[in-house]
Amino acid sequence: MSTPVIKVRGLGKAYRIGMVNPKHTNFRETVTELCKQPFKRMRKYDDDFTKDAADTYWALKDVSFEVGQGEVLGVIGRNGAGKSTLLKLLSRITEPTEGEARIKGRVSSLLEVGTGFHPELTGRENIYLNGAILGMKHAEIKAKFDEIVAFSEVEKFLETPVKRYSSGMYVRLAFAVAAHLEPEVLIVDEVLAVGDASFQKKCLGKMGDVVKHGRTVLFVSHNMDAVASLCTQVLLVEKGRAGEKVSPEEGVKAYLSLTNSDASVPVREKPRTQHRTRDPIFTGLKITGGSGHANVVETGRSVTFEIDIENCEDLKNVTCAISLHNERAQRVVFFHTLYHGGFSFPGAKKKKLVCTVPSLPLVPDSYYVELVMSDGYQFIEKVERVDRLDVVYANSLGTGKIPSRGQGFFVLPCEWKHEG
Amino acid sequence: MSVSVSQLELAKPLTSDSTATTGGNNGIDQPELVIRPRKGWIAVDWKELWTHRELLYFLVWRDVKVRYKQAILGIAWAVLAPVLSVVVFTFLFGAKGLGANKNLPGPPDFQVLPTSLFIFCGLIPWLFISQSISNGGLSLVNQQNLLSKIYMPRLFIPASTIGSGLVDMFISFGVFFVMMSIYGYAPSKQIVLLPLLIFLTVLLSMGLAFTLSAMTVTYRDLRFLIPFITQIGMWVSAVVIPFTGVDAMKRHQWVLLLNPFFGIIDSFRSALFPGWGWRPWHLLSSIIWTIAILVFGLFYFRKTERRFADIA
Repeated sequence: MSTPVIKVRGLGKAYRIGMVNPKHTNFRETVTELCKQPFKRMRKYDDDFTKDAADTYWALKDVSFEVGQGEVLGVIGRNGAGKSTLLKLLSRITEPTEGEARIKGRVSSLLEVGTGFHPELTGRENIYLNGAILGMKHAEIKAKFDEIVAFSEVEKFLETPVKRYSSGMYVRLAFAVAAHLEPEVLIVDEVLAVGDASFQKKCLGKMGDVVKHGRTVLFVSHNMDAVASLCTQVLLVEKGRAGEKVSPEEGVKAYLSLTNSDASVPVREKPRTQHRTRDPIFTGLKITGGSGHANVVETGRSVTFEIDIENCEDLKNVTCAISLHNERAQRVVFFHTLYHGGFSFPGAKKKKLVCTVPSLPLVPDSYYVELVMSDGYQFIEKVERVDRLDVVYANSLGTGKIPSRGQGFFVLPCEWKHEG
Repeated sequence: MSVSVSQLELAKPLTSDSTATTGGNNGIDQPELVIRPRKGWIAVDWKELWTHRELLYFLVWRDVKVRYKQAILGIAWAVLAPVLSVVVFTFLFGAKGLGANKNLPGPPDFQVLPTSLFIFCGLIPWLFISQSISNGGLSLVNQQNLLSKIYMPRLFIPASTIGSGLVDMFISFGVFFVMMSIYGYAPSKQIVLLPLLIFLTVLLSMGLAFTLSAMTVTYRDLRFLIPFITQIGMWVSAVVIPFTGVDAMKRHQWVLLLNPFFGIIDSFRSALFPGWGWRPWHLLSSIIWTIAILVFGLFYFRKTERRFADIA
């Protein structure tokens, strides 16, 4: 390995669980807060709260690694594994609780595109503002202005306030600014998961450029394709701990087996993300393919999902969605009670939802099912990789051959003719 | 897992914009950034603030631009807002008499300072201070993305709101001097001290904005407290009524030493109106308050800064 540019030793970050969800928004709590204040002082509330107290949660612990000059380190792991915390520590947004990290050279971090964009300002004005916030000098932005505009493809709307932009235009402009940063060390979080497919491709291309210029990149993503194609090394983060650096192939494999390994666990006990902690809502899922087999369907045949829901009688109006992801964690299809069924429904103590898809023309592959429940505003519970659905070959096109994995996502009929 | 050819192609540059300078010096001789837990009080990193000074300029520029966008009268509001307040208060307190000051020179008619000028002169620094307190105090909670999604010198966030207030202040002074000349009232020679007073006001406002914005991140209750401070502050600092008009204030002038705003606002009048005596002790108290609040604000901000992203 070449000279280490990033050296991380025993880095850890603890949160007090009480601090993760601070609720000081009303007057009554203000008063209680004030009354507690002297006692908190005694506990040295501000500085070094006891590191092993019961209400301490370690988002990251004992993480050590090195990244060499020009290396692209992919940081992968499940939701809540601590990846974002790691990036926040390295980009100085938050301070570690223990350990240290040393970084040589100018660091830029990109945890969100368009940080500091102001909706009232025009595209041109926002390029300058956002550039400055990302750490560019005025002269630097000026020199690259045309390039940024060309990359963003919003030339015509430069003098329009960005609040009138479509979300695609907004994201393109925001990414264009970020893409023209020239730091020695670049820290990127999942920002490529924005925009339409062609723009995503362009972003990945730009990332590839950055890498070619010998810069060091730390890249968090759920997109295993991007990880496999961009990264030279991969760091797998799991429950706040990081493993050894491995090759991208190995890393991706480890990540997938990690996320797929719990097929034997009943749905009720599967790990899930909840907006506010509560009893599990999704407690069962049965998938039946057209030919009657569980978890297997021939491409183009029907499939039925039976979802058991519990413990949500307090929710008045919810929707539920099933999505299928391929092995590279790309969402392939999405079935939503409101979009497809035209309804939302009141939560219940116990309820069964049945979703029948008359035809599922996916290319033969293994797919993972994700269940999400949300009310109109935010998700309430999300269970990734609840179960697996294998789509297998069927002669659905009548030619004896169908596209396979890597030749698109769907097996759709079409008509070919030759003329002349 | 194998990587197919089509995906590898993604890594190829798709755009032709390779005019960008190459890697530059490769970071070996760069200063090293060390990230580790810090304890206690943290000094202000002046060097960092200086290298990022352009950012402060952009934030101020943004605030000024945004403030009057999509308002029909645009920047005219900066003129109208104080003028309307002056009109209302003048109407309330009568056109003559409140500004009475025995020390004013000239014929008896001139011993009375027009109420509108008196009020205007107090309102200019006060509107600036109260705007800094309310906008500056909420600046961090209103722009949480700047705390939780990026690292930048965070002192700039409250500081920038003061910059835009300063622009308003200069506009108000322009209007004020026009009004003064309409009344045929020449400013005192001590007007040369005005820039120093403005500087003092800026420092005090910064101190308050740093303190309040950092506190608001932790204690959202300050959202409710801040409007209260600005309301009460106006009445106890003799902004629109001279303190001599309030019996208790007149008799116990020393109490006003405890008010950081009074000395400043009173001194603005001394600098502008000939014969409006200086109250050196009150000015001195304001200076001491300003230094204390600014130093405390800076240190408190720096101390709590490292937790902003966690609790914002």
